[in-house]
Amino acid sequence: MVFQVALRPYRYPSEPQPPDVELGTTKFTIRDLHAWYGNQHVLHDISIAIPAHEVTAVIGPSGCGKSTFIRCLNRMHELIPGARVAGTVCLEDADVYASNVDPVLIRRRVGMVFQKPNPFPTMSIRDNVLSGLRLTHALERDRADDTVERSLRRAALWDEVSDRLDKGGATLSGGQQQRLCIARALAVEPEVLLMDEPCSALDPIATARIEDLLLSLREEVTIVIVTHNMQQAARVSNRTAFFLQGELVEYAVTDEIFTSPGDKRTEDYITGKFG
Amino acid sequence: MPPRHTNREYEDELRTLRERLLLMAGRVEQMIANSVKALVNHDLALAKATIEEDYKVNRAEVDNDELCLLILAKRQPLASDLRFITLALKMVTDLERIGDLAVNICERAIDIGTGISPPVHAKIPHMAELAQSMVSEAIDAFVNGDADKAQLVIERDAQVDAVYHDIHRDMFALMMQDGTLLRGGVHLQTVSKYLERIGDHATNLAELVVFMVKGKDIRHLGKLDDET
Repeated sequence: MVFQVALRPYRYPSEPQPPDVELGTTKFTIRDLHAWYGNQHVLHDISIAIPAHEVTAVIGPSGCGKSTFIRCLNRMHELIPGARVAGTVCLEDADVYASNVDPVLIRRRVGMVFQKPNPFPTMSIRDNVLSGLRLTHALERDRADDTVERSLRRAALWDEVSDRLDKGGATLSGGQQQRLCIARALAVEPEVLLMDEPCSALDPIATARIEDLLLSLREEVTIVIVTHNMQQAARVSNRTAFFLQGELVEYAVTDEIFTSPGDKRTEDYITGKFG
Repeated sequence: MPPRHTNREYEDELRTLRERLLLMAGRVEQMIANSVKALVNHDLALAKATIEEDYKVNRAEVDNDELCLLILAKRQPLASDLRFITLALKMVTDLERIGDLAVNICERAIDIGTGISPPVHAKIPHMAELAQSMVSEAIDAFVNGDADKAQLVIERDAQVDAVYHDIHRDMFALMMQDGTLLRGGVHLQTVSKYLERIGDHATNLAELVVFMVKGKDIRHLGKLDDET
């Protein structure tokens, strides 16, 4: 594994921040990020600041590096054999790749929800929600019930499952399972939620519920969402980053990027001129 | 060759909309010319024929709005496509209003044709040419995506307004001198007002072209509250 080690807490650089992001409201500052799968160089020189308490969408064609990028934010990328990164990824003022950083604790602060809902099949709904806390030895037993209810309420699932918390997570519908996964991620009180195409396996109604949920969740957590659905990115996000062939082509306020993108490559992609 | 939409049906829909807009614009340009010609030549038959042409313009407004709605529903356009559809929806309204104004001129021509009237002010044909050229060049700017040309159209509206004020003043002076010219004089003043409104609608078209090309809304510049 190759990465730049920050031997002391990261300081804001002297050079200007990316536009529209004020100092003090940034959750992630990524500088000169590169990523590889073996010899395949999949992310090139990515520098971006992700604001706190906003939804940032990441769009681009298949293979452009979207999922790799978000996996670099919570050190999931390095779990893949042969994968490596270079550059700095700072969660507020701390480099997540510093040598003294425990990746498990990073993943607690930066949770993740995947494309295919993946509740633990042998666990009940209740135990699914609590699994992250148990894994990090952070579960307070006398607060377990409160934690389960709070997490399921935040995921807009409590009303549908409160009478069957001991049933298996796999007994739920696809949309409910995905919200259970969100509740599971929220139970550890993350600061950031990474979502990798969370609605692509869901029907329109379930999708609408998840999108509605994002609008309320962003008041509590910072959200980065990878999506193939540009209309979804337009609906739910505050800012959008367009990736192409491992490069960050354009990063702007969502309303601007979908009405008047600055880069022709962005324009061609979002208007469906794929060549 | 500029890149095309991967979905050919979508590409066809946009091309069809563009062609229909051009057809509608050409029709109203001709109506402007014919309405003033009918006025100047006291050609009542031409006036009536021009009025009947408005049916096609109204039909086009309905059909083009419907096509825009279908595209919005089916394609959920973004970026330049979204700006183009927005332009189309607004352009259709402005073109339809220009057609109505040409009809109004024809109606005044029919009225004047039967009564005492001062001579048609020499500047009315000139004003009509100005207004017609504004519409024509705004459409050219739209076809070619030429924001600079559209800007020139916007600036020309001041000339139309100046001629309107000249005509208005001169007709007023004539009517003050000879009261029998009042009815016809008022008609001619109103015709100049219709042409001035056509100039305003052409300005709207040009502003829409700037929005389509540059993504910048330049309407009401200087007239908006600073806080908006």
